[in-house]
Amino acid sequence: MSDTTDFSRRDFLITSGLGAGGLLLGFVLPRRAAGKRAAAASLSPNAWVSIDTDGIVTIWVGRSDMGQGVRTSLPMILADELEADWENVQIEQAYPDPRFEGLGTGGSASVRTSWRPLREAGATAREMLIGAAADVWGVPAAECTAERGSVVHTASGRRTAYGDLVEAAAERPVPENPPLKDPSAFRYIGTPMTMLDTPDKVQGKATYGLDVRLPDMLYATVARCPVFGGTVVDYDASAAREVEGVQDVVEITPIGAPVHVAHGVAVIANSTWAAMKGREALEVTWNEGSTAEETSETLREQFRTLVSEPGTTVRDDGDAEEALAGAARTIEATYELPYLAHVTMEPMNCTATVEEGRVELWAPTQTPTWAQGSVAQALNVPQDAVHVNVTLLGGGFGRRLNPDVCVEAALIAREVDAPVKVVWTREDDVQHDFYRPASHHHFRGGIDESGAPVAWMHRMSTPAIDTYIQGEGAEHPERGEVPGAADLPYAIPNIRVEYALAQSGVPRGWWRSVEHSFNGFVVNAFMDEMAEACGADPYTFRLRLLDQIDRTRVETMMNEIHGDLGDFAFDVDRYRGVLQRAAEQGNWGGPLPSGRGRGIAVHWSFRSYAAEVIEATVENGEVHVDRAVCAIDCGAVINPRTLREQMQGGIIDGLTQALKAEITIDGGRVVQSNFDDYHLMRLDEVPDIEVHYVQSGKPPSGAGEPAVPPSAPALAGAIFAATGTRIRRLPIRPEDLQTAQ
Amino acid sequence: MAAYTITVNGEEQTVDVPSDTPLLWVLRDELGLTGTKFGCGIAQCGACTVHLDGQATRSCITTIASADGSEVVTIEGLSENGDHPVQQAWIEEDVPQCGYCQSGQIMLAAALLEYYPNPSDEEIDASMAANLCRCGTYVQIRKAVKRAAQMQGGDQ
Repeated sequence: MSDTTDFSRRDFLITSGLGAGGLLLGFVLPRRAAGKRAAAASLSPNAWVSIDTDGIVTIWVGRSDMGQGVRTSLPMILADELEADWENVQIEQAYPDPRFEGLGTGGSASVRTSWRPLREAGATAREMLIGAAADVWGVPAAECTAERGSVVHTASGRRTAYGDLVEAAAERPVPENPPLKDPSAFRYIGTPMTMLDTPDKVQGKATYGLDVRLPDMLYATVARCPVFGGTVVDYDASAAREVEGVQDVVEITPIGAPVHVAHGVAVIANSTWAAMKGREALEVTWNEGSTAEETSETLREQFRTLVSEPGTTVRDDGDAEEALAGAARTIEATYELPYLAHVTMEPMNCTATVEEGRVELWAPTQTPTWAQGSVAQALNVPQDAVHVNVTLLGGGFGRRLNPDVCVEAALIAREVDAPVKVVWTREDDVQHDFYRPASHHHFRGGIDESGAPVAWMHRMSTPAIDTYIQGEGAEHPERGEVPGAADLPYAIPNIRVEYALAQSGVPRGWWRSVEHSFNGFVVNAFMDEMAEACGADPYTFRLRLLDQIDRTRVETMMNEIHGDLGDFAFDVDRYRGVLQRAAEQGNWGGPLPSGRGRGIAVHWSFRSYAAEVIEATVENGEVHVDRAVCAIDCGAVINPRTLREQMQGGIIDGLTQALKAEITIDGGRVVQSNFDDYHLMRLDEVPDIEVHYVQSGKPPSGAGEPAVPPSAPALAGAIFAATGTRIRRLPIRPEDLQTAQ
Repeated sequence: MAAYTITVNGEEQTVDVPSDTPLLWVLRDELGLTGTKFGCGIAQCGACTVHLDGQATRSCITTIASADGSEVVTIEGLSENGDHPVQQAWIEEDVPQCGYCQSGQIMLAAALLEYYPNPSDEEIDASMAANLCRCGTYVQIRKAVKRAAQMQGGDQ
């Protein structure tokens, strides 16, 4: 790949037909149906690949595709090492089974953790095919090479297609350590491919969980207490049963941590509409429980108290309190961020059949094995009696990590003699999510007479994810909340970060970039405020504080907080590299039209480095985002189109949390219910987004989440530059904005 | 229940469902045409967009009774082989991520270009803003609509 990839130029190359041949083939040829081919014989040295006598290469995909393109990028990795002809590749979705390890999809880890295993899987088959050909020809294997679906004997030009070699190859021993390609020999990796599912998606042929249809299938909706943790006291199903199409009404007993199925009443009907209408006619008496006392205001009061007292220390360099007391100048700021909902475009659903000795699920799930185990436990059946079919996901963002919907479907299906699809409405989804935790952050900064930063004190509080998912007794809940804040890399001599656990009855879960979604904001925002107090520009301030670091001390600190990350240990040069690239491509310091400002932010998350420069204008109390430029260093890239799109999507998520989305609590229930009051960015509010890839030659790291953390703070910086107003809470409201003095 | 007749993708269909059943659920549950998607049920997201008597319409709030006798085109019927210019442009610009909203986006874009073959950037933004995408494909959608307009020869 070229050193810097400007995607707008690359797009032009692709569309004028000068791009990689693989792309053109990808959408011109019909994608082979991912069916079971009755191959006479095949070579299948491992679970991930199988080649038949027709030369068709079947690759199993061991991660769930929620739009991040793993059903193409993972096969690309294996197909490249194998030297398969991409034209002959078909894919199958893996499922919980002893032969498929590690199917959980999240943490931006799919490519990073599949990289080595899939390369080895492809290389193994390749070496067996080369060995088989060499045998047939009576030549040394070293004189033969694999080339796009054939083995070639270089000296004589003899060539045999894989299909003609599989039988012989399957007789050979499986090599233990097959040689892997030098990256300069990659054929597919690093090239812009059309995703294999795209043709189906544009024709409405792609099957998501909600689209699964089975003979005699029934549909179910579930009435749940609007107050979190509330229970069913009593219910009257008589009117519900009168609704045309309703077949049955059953109670769902609650399941606690870690699965969390709410106590509810399910209406089962012969159509989605009847199930929805039946639920409307249902009368349930709820015991709301103690969470009914909770509001956004009570949580805020709790937060204020918590950050006014010492918390659990998660970082302690020098003596921040003493340095603050002796500082020539101190500044302080409090930042507040709300609960956020995932709102995947495809509402929650799962289809289940429960028969004697066998359960089957069709689920848009990020965790098929957790779903399998949770269902097995809930139904008291052996784990291997539960078969999970992973469908396409209409969005995940971390919501589909939780197996609750799968368990609900199985519990309902157990009550009837038919498959059941449980369907959540958008209201169910908005009001019964596992929310990105609300957070509260109090910062104090100290500056000395020379204008250098000497102290950084950050007290933060959240109702941690772990204390909900695992339960109140979860140990070290701060470990899931402080990364991105505790590991501040800058050269400030006295740093103290403390965490205090808040109590809340609101369910919490993992939202795209998790704790980095709030820590990325507050750390960059306070760095900007410190820069101003030090009389420095936000960009050069960051550069200076990176150039001054003691690398050994930072390495030790990072090891203490993150453990040994090996190849993926924090690298200040890469952090500085993306910051610099974003500043350059974003014309930092360059002229701007009157009324427009520029902001910059950088963050390390999921082992990748991302920086953004955003331009914005504020007019009549409204923020207009004019331009967004992103620099990303995520190591080796599989499909640059997918990388570009993950950056675009991550930035839009960051802008959504900056400008639009907010979940508020009143009487222990969520106030919002649908897209009319839980707002998302719309197309006319999003500028062109420029993505610049920074080549580092490192192994692949995360791409799905790293673009989220820098977006909101870069926008806040732009608003400050345009108006002089500091943003201290998200989402930004008109009353938070002032016009420039 | 009563019988309602609609023509869907050129084929006459008669369904026996309650009058208030949204066209969306008739298409998906009764007729098995799952290309049209459920996203919100209150016409806020556009995932359910179909062409009803030639107009881009939100099928989640269109009752079967009100659609009786109408011609409906769904994503499945937009083209014979997935080769409508909008569909081709969507592939070339790599628009879909999860893809769940894209049936509705494509139907909206196809209707837009039917009426405004050469839309300005502002017209594209204003029209396509009606549909939500959670994955953030907006930048690519914009490019794809322009490309489709060019493919249809709209660049006079």
